[in-house]
Amino acid sequence: MPSPTFEFSLLEQQLPGGSVRLVEAAAGDSWIELKSHALRQACQILRDHQDCQFNVLSDLTAVDWFSPAGKKPVIAGPRFEVVYHLLSLARRQTLTLKVILPRPGGDELTKDAELPEIPSIADLWLAANWHEREAFDMFGIRFKGHPDLRRILCPEDWEGYPLRKDYVFPLEYHGIRGR
Amino acid sequence: MPQSADQRIIELDVRTDEMLVNMGPQHPSTHGVLRLVLRTDGEIVHEVIPHLGYLHRCAEKIGEHLAPPQWVPYTDRMDYLAAMNMNLGFSLTVEKLMSQVAPPKAQLIRVFVAELNRIASHLLGMGAYGLDLGSFTPFLYGFREREIILDLLEEVCGARLTYSYVTPGGVTHDLPEAIPIPPGLAMLTGRPAGATISWVDAVILFLDWLGPRIDDYHTLLTENHIFVQRTAGLGVLTREKAISYGCSGPVLRGSGVEFDLRRHGDKIYTSLYEKFEFDIPTAPFRNAPREVIVGDNWCRFYVRMLEVTQSMRILRQAADLWTIGGVSQDPAGHKIPYRLTTKLPAAEVYLETECPRGQMGFYVIGNGAAEPLRTRAKSSSFCNLSVISELCQGVLLADIPSIAGSLDIVMGEIDR
Repeated sequence: MPSPTFEFSLLEQQLPGGSVRLVEAAAGDSWIELKSHALRQACQILRDHQDCQFNVLSDLTAVDWFSPAGKKPVIAGPRFEVVYHLLSLARRQTLTLKVILPRPGGDELTKDAELPEIPSIADLWLAANWHEREAFDMFGIRFKGHPDLRRILCPEDWEGYPLRKDYVFPLEYHGIRGR
Repeated sequence: MPQSADQRIIELDVRTDEMLVNMGPQHPSTHGVLRLVLRTDGEIVHEVIPHLGYLHRCAEKIGEHLAPPQWVPYTDRMDYLAAMNMNLGFSLTVEKLMSQVAPPKAQLIRVFVAELNRIASHLLGMGAYGLDLGSFTPFLYGFREREIILDLLEEVCGARLTYSYVTPGGVTHDLPEAIPIPPGLAMLTGRPAGATISWVDAVILFLDWLGPRIDDYHTLLTENHIFVQRTAGLGVLTREKAISYGCSGPVLRGSGVEFDLRRHGDKIYTSLYEKFEFDIPTAPFRNAPREVIVGDNWCRFYVRMLEVTQSMRILRQAADLWTIGGVSQDPAGHKIPYRLTTKLPAAEVYLETECPRGQMGFYVIGNGAAEPLRTRAKSSSFCNLSVISELCQGVLLADIPSIAGSLDIVMGEIDR
């Protein structure tokens, strides 16, 4: 994928200073990094600007950059990344957006009140509705303004967020033994 | 009460008690373990609430503990009706991450197996859809044809459903030189059972036999008056909604968007198909029955039927390349060996490929270790299913299987 320099310069002009950054990777995909307060405005520009036309949200997911004690350290340092993959049907182009959220180490975040928050984009792309529910289910990231933020794959009363690196597999669920 | 020829208008006029109907997760016409909770008023459905996750195995978590070739079998078990296409999508993602290109022979074999699997998947989709709507015969035909494809793929890799044949770096085995002619194919074409034939010739023999049968399916379903009445004008998904919901594959093309990743996708994927001529069937269709609206059940079904013919075209061209083009003699072989201890570069790749059900995306992040930091499978059926609440509002209860079936979902892929 070529580096998204055009989209970056467009966003840089229209968004408040310091909220957008271009990360050019030597191998693999490059991406545009956004501050979470600029996310919705950026998405709106990318979707509606006639030189962008990113009308499809291909994928929305999260990545946990955290290494539990005793494991090999990760390169980027502890943090959550929410990743948006956009696609333009007219331009046959793809684009990757990332928003970085804080992630204190260990289990400190497991209480519901302390989940990391990010604005929802479920009203911009209808596809985001279920994808955000999945990211909430798997990573415990709260999407502010989502119309119906419930777990989607795990049962409602499941504890913990399975795709987090420090997730502990439950030993028992409604009388069913784990491990 | 107003007198009307349309039964639904009378139904809407009579207010009855609201009832919650639970459909699934073991209902046969939900195509797997999908549970739908329907809020009904008499025969009319007001709201559909899908409940997923009955098949959730957290395959993405498993992927973080395995080297990429070891995770390939897990991709089989997502869309188990088109496992070759899933293997291919993941293998290409890993190859792109490692800046690798599979040898030409492997690329051609990949086209062979992916398109054969696409035909098998669409035939099953067609048969099962007919079954949902009360017609049993196409299901038997669909299974008879699919059986031969499974036999052919079994000759290639030994498995009938979960192949794990396409792996990062190429394919696990070369195409077999000579195979005993599959019993089903021998019976249908009148060949002596037990005769040997080269694998590519067996594919051509099968295509020669399948070609004229396609018209039978059109007579049985596509132009069948009952079938048209139960599908046309129902479950209409507009172009804008289809795009916004992230629908893909036949669902997107049935809504009138011409987009197929085999032509419009990433370079590493389109290069497999650039040698081949094929069309992208997209609604509206000139020969559609009068009642058909762009984006309805019938259009989605018909796109799949036409794709079978296009896949057959690709396979014939591939067979020519294999024998006349001399790809079978290519000295580079059919794979680049992959060592399980190979360190993945600290980079990330997201790649979507065109599976029979739509655009299947794989996202792999390397972290300088042999196992990826994150593997993500974005399911096409997941997005295609998310439109069901919208499509099923205000329809008759009996039309729910018709709409759900036209989306052609596989729960193994949605729940992962």
